[in-house]
Amino acid sequence: MIWIQVEHYKQKKSNIRNIPVSDSPGATRRGYMWQYILCKKAPHSPLPGFHHQASTIASTAMPPSHRSHVPFMVYDFCICCILSPLLCLVFCGEECCLGRLTGHGKTPKDAASVRATHPIPAACGIYYFEVKIVSKGRDGYMGIGLSAQGVNMNRLPGWDKHSYGYHGDDGHSFCSSGTGQPYGPTFTTGDVIGCCVNLINNTCFYTKNGHSLGIAFTDLPPNLYPTVGLQTPGEVVDANFGQHPFVFDIEDYMREWRTKIQAQIDRFPIGDREGEWQTMIQKMVSSYLVHHGYCATAEAFARSTDQTVLEELASIKNRQRIQKLVLAGRMGEAIETTQQLYPSLLERNPNLLFALKVRQFIEMVNGTDSEVRCLGGHSPKSQDSYPVSPRSFSSPSMSPSHGMNIHSLATSKGSSTHFSGYESSCSNGVISNKAHQSYCHSKHQSTSLNVPELNNINVSRSQQANSYSSNDVDMETEHYSNGVAETSSNGFLNEVDSSQLRRQLCGGSQAAIERMIHFGRELQAMSEQLRRECGKNTANKKMLKDAFSLLAYSDPWSSPVGNQLDPIQREPVCSVLNSAILETHNLPKQPPLALAMGQASQCLGLMARSGIGSCAFATVEDYLH
Amino acid sequence: MACVLEAPLRMSVLSEVTASSRHYVDRLFDPDPQKVLQGVIDMKNAVIGNNKQKANLIVLGAVPRLLYLLQQETSSTELRTECAVVLGSLAMGTENNVKSLLDCHIIPALLQGLLSPDLKFIEACLRCLRTIFTSPVTPEELLYTDATVIPHLMALLSRSRYTQEYICQIFSHCCKGPDHQTILFNHGAVQNIAHLLVSTSYKVQMQALKCFSVLAFENPQVSMTLVNVLVDGELLPQIFVKMLQRDKPIEMQLTSAKCLTYMCRAGAIRTDDNCIVLKTLPCLVRMCSKERLLEERVEGAETLAYLIETDVELQRIASITDHLIAMLADYFKYPSSVSAITDIKRLDHDLKHAHELRQAAFKLYASLGANDEDIRKKIIETENMMDRIVNGLSESSIKVRLAAVRCLHSLSRSVQQLRTSFQDHAVWKPLMKVLQNAPDEILVVASSTLCNLLLEFSPSKEPILESGAVELLCSLTQSENLALRVNGIWALMNMAFQAEQKIKSDILRGLSTEQLFQLLSDSDVNVLMKTLGLLRNLLSTRPHIDHIMSSHGKQIMQAVTLILEGEHNIEVKEQTLCILANIADGTTAKELIMTNDDILQKIKYYMSHSNAKLQLAAMFCISNLVWNEEEGSQERQDKLRDMGIVDILHKLSQSSDPNLCDKAKTALQQYLA
Repeated sequence: MIWIQVEHYKQKKSNIRNIPVSDSPGATRRGYMWQYILCKKAPHSPLPGFHHQASTIASTAMPPSHRSHVPFMVYDFCICCILSPLLCLVFCGEECCLGRLTGHGKTPKDAASVRATHPIPAACGIYYFEVKIVSKGRDGYMGIGLSAQGVNMNRLPGWDKHSYGYHGDDGHSFCSSGTGQPYGPTFTTGDVIGCCVNLINNTCFYTKNGHSLGIAFTDLPPNLYPTVGLQTPGEVVDANFGQHPFVFDIEDYMREWRTKIQAQIDRFPIGDREGEWQTMIQKMVSSYLVHHGYCATAEAFARSTDQTVLEELASIKNRQRIQKLVLAGRMGEAIETTQQLYPSLLERNPNLLFALKVRQFIEMVNGTDSEVRCLGGHSPKSQDSYPVSPRSFSSPSMSPSHGMNIHSLATSKGSSTHFSGYESSCSNGVISNKAHQSYCHSKHQSTSLNVPELNNINVSRSQQANSYSSNDVDMETEHYSNGVAETSSNGFLNEVDSSQLRRQLCGGSQAAIERMIHFGRELQAMSEQLRRECGKNTANKKMLKDAFSLLAYSDPWSSPVGNQLDPIQREPVCSVLNSAILETHNLPKQPPLALAMGQASQCLGLMARSGIGSCAFATVEDYLH
Repeated sequence: MACVLEAPLRMSVLSEVTASSRHYVDRLFDPDPQKVLQGVIDMKNAVIGNNKQKANLIVLGAVPRLLYLLQQETSSTELRTECAVVLGSLAMGTENNVKSLLDCHIIPALLQGLLSPDLKFIEACLRCLRTIFTSPVTPEELLYTDATVIPHLMALLSRSRYTQEYICQIFSHCCKGPDHQTILFNHGAVQNIAHLLVSTSYKVQMQALKCFSVLAFENPQVSMTLVNVLVDGELLPQIFVKMLQRDKPIEMQLTSAKCLTYMCRAGAIRTDDNCIVLKTLPCLVRMCSKERLLEERVEGAETLAYLIETDVELQRIASITDHLIAMLADYFKYPSSVSAITDIKRLDHDLKHAHELRQAAFKLYASLGANDEDIRKKIIETENMMDRIVNGLSESSIKVRLAAVRCLHSLSRSVQQLRTSFQDHAVWKPLMKVLQNAPDEILVVASSTLCNLLLEFSPSKEPILESGAVELLCSLTQSENLALRVNGIWALMNMAFQAEQKIKSDILRGLSTEQLFQLLSDSDVNVLMKTLGLLRNLLSTRPHIDHIMSSHGKQIMQAVTLILEGEHNIEVKEQTLCILANIADGTTAKELIMTNDDILQKIKYYMSHSNAKLQLAAMFCISNLVWNEEEGSQERQDKLRDMGIVDILHKLSQSSDPNLCDKAKTALQQYLA
């Protein structure tokens, strides 16, 4: 661990293993703590005496002016790191501790504190660290606590505004004041003092040798740094940010709060009118099914729950057909079908049409588009297959780059999973027989719905699906994209790599390549026309440029722009098209279920950013099982 | 249905209800068994949650008929089961209902039912038995009258989660005292119930846990067994520790903390074991926090008080944990002024628990302050602490008074507090009041507190004497209760220490010589020692010795002879010889020894005794008798020389024991002068 006090030292941070601190809820504790680990620390080292030796050498061997510039100095097997004129870090092998350099220590002016490099992030919910008193030095005037940025570090924690400390000599707590309040016992050599910050209720309590001493501070401000201050010579302390087991059972404390927060969520009052809640849930599920075009399931669900589906069945089926085509990479047919079924849609949305056409171009390169397929290009199956890849729930506008990492698919299954997953997805409705996929489904049922009934529907549905599953890809794969979850592209790249050898431009047919080049020219023309009519559009321009770049490489699939060829990239296009169609019917372009889910995740993110600690113990995924 | 009818038109409705109730009972006598069954089922539906209906049916004699049907071999199992269910429902009502059921000998009938092969019927019987045995009006002995019952219940434990739940609940309610514990233990309760702790049913887990807490309480045998029991590869204490985790339900945390506490107090777990120091103790402190329900806080504080009662290290840890001492001060704030205003229900609830809370807090303070002076200081510095104790001493509830006295007793061990806060708050006044006509359990603690308050340096000594303590203490020495006799005589001893003549005479008069002899022949060594101590304190300073010996000399000398002749341990004899030495210090009292050859021979004997302490004590006597400057010393010296004392003195002056040697030399010097 490294306690760092002075600003100038921060520039030397390159010496320290630097792991970025994340602001997202939940996962931050460890990352944060490792930030400070430079050396592993084992129990009482040769410390007081040893420290004295090292520090004396350090302070005499170097002119004071150099101290800050030469932070490390080798002495025997020890390294002494001067943090300030009064404090040093001493390393010896795997040991590391903080010590007070020579000095009078008679007045508060001799005090010096160090604080951690980063403030405690609210998103961690509960933060805890322990400090072992290796030696109480001359008088044991030691303070352990918290301070905000900008607090004078030449004082013990607790004496100044936004500074909080528990002092060893009198056992008092100092809450931004020079006079302390009786708080706990005194502490001295051999004691382990812990400091726990609860960011849910903004309180802090200390522990001594594993025993909680009770609340010391309430109404703490955000962004405090763990701080330790020493005043008299020979005082040596050693901090544990979690790299070693804590003496106090902090896990147990966290369990209590996790339970509390979850109970709070579970008990949150919902619609008091009878049945209202259930009806709403049913509506959400139904609208979700309709949105994504699971028409048979939606129909059965609506029937069993006595609901009306706003959209006509035929319309759902139409959308389903188009989506199926897009996801299979058969863009030409998809555009044609769209124009046929919704004549004015693409006319009114030239940008959408353009996007679809660009995608068509990409699919041509890929060899999957119908126009090149019919030209004899043989397409390897792997490229047609639509892998099992859940996609983000949130609309593109909400998270442009699938930014919300709510759930990542277990990609460890490797490439074979994609095939097997695909196979099973064809034969299964909402109910999957694959363990790793099952999480996608149960969320529909997390409410009080009649689950068995739903299962039955799905079974029958899956039989239907089997019976009409056409050539390569069946629309029912969409089931797996229903989720809340963002795909991780890793697994997918594996897939691409493995099939690399079989791949040829436009499926390998010369005619197809010519057709593709011709199409490219048309696309260029369309782009120019669009610019004339609607003004410049950087997004369009980039899209086109990226697509054309594919041709610059001999093997577009492994090129830097090759990810465009991922079947997964069909999803956003598919989703935009689906939303556009729905909008023409005055239907929401996003299902309420997805909206609610996105809203919940956004709220958690917002809580983390605004320092509301309870977000650490609540995740959307907890409620998706 | 009856529920709806109840409120208005009471009189007319009542007869209507009775009529309908009668109808239910009549149907039980139908010759067609199918109709009887339907009748019982209808009755079941009618009585659920309806205490009035239950009472009516009982009055109309439904119970004997139901019991008859239940026991009848010819009844179908379904009918018998339904009967047990209805009886269980009736038992759920008021205590009077349970009493009526007991009067009809329901327990043997139900226990008989447990022999049936049908699980549903067994479960219904057990459920009903559970309800009856958990009622406070049921004597738990009824479970143990038939010796075959317990083994059968043990066997039924494996049948279903319901049998497990009910049987464990019956055990935990009916296990009172070491006899019951032994019976259950000998029938394999530990092995049979241990695996239920990891049951998937929370209710089963909880009841099993409660069973263990009652089994382990003050029982070293059970506790020692428990620490070594393995369940699913884990030792029982580890399972209890898991149940202490903060995300477990409070009830579970509290009960497993109790189990560990009892096992620790029974000596099966060391007090410095991590599962006590880092798990059980902090858990119990948490149970005392404001966030917990009042019942939980009471139980938490009482259990914690028991856990730390005898271990100073645990007392120290508890005293710094979560500001426990300040937290306990909150126990005295019920009912709070807020609760009175906001709602009546809350006030009622608070009032009900107020006594319990106060006594629990006093108990815990008493344990906390039992040994450590710093903790006592911290306790007394808690807001209004002494006032609270003083108020507690005069509360109507015996439990609170007892706990307050205990707390006071614990704090009275501090010399500093005796001189300061005890004096400031005139604690002795309410304490003396408590001592009047109090039950023995309070008297025991109050009198030992009084012992401390009567210590010579205590400023309360004077006023206590003035308020008639002597008579009170003298009467205590006549008590049947040994602890009271010890405390009474102990307090008198403290009182007599360096006291003035008047007090000493008061004590002697109050005690009467007969009583003094009675105490000197007490079977308890403690009483005897304290009585001798009292005598010794009475016989100090020369004028007092002469005064007392002139009036009671004969009896005292008799008593001394008696003890020196009797079979007593060294300490008693030493104390007695010291009394003689005191007597020998008197001016006129000396003669009582000098004229008593028997005593002189005894002193001589003890001078050559193998025990140095007795030798030394005898030497004190001799030394006092031969002391030069006093009148008649020459004659005494001569007489003692004739007895051969001087020879012994010469021998002793060569002793390897420096004390004896010194003393002998000083005595010999008196002869030389």
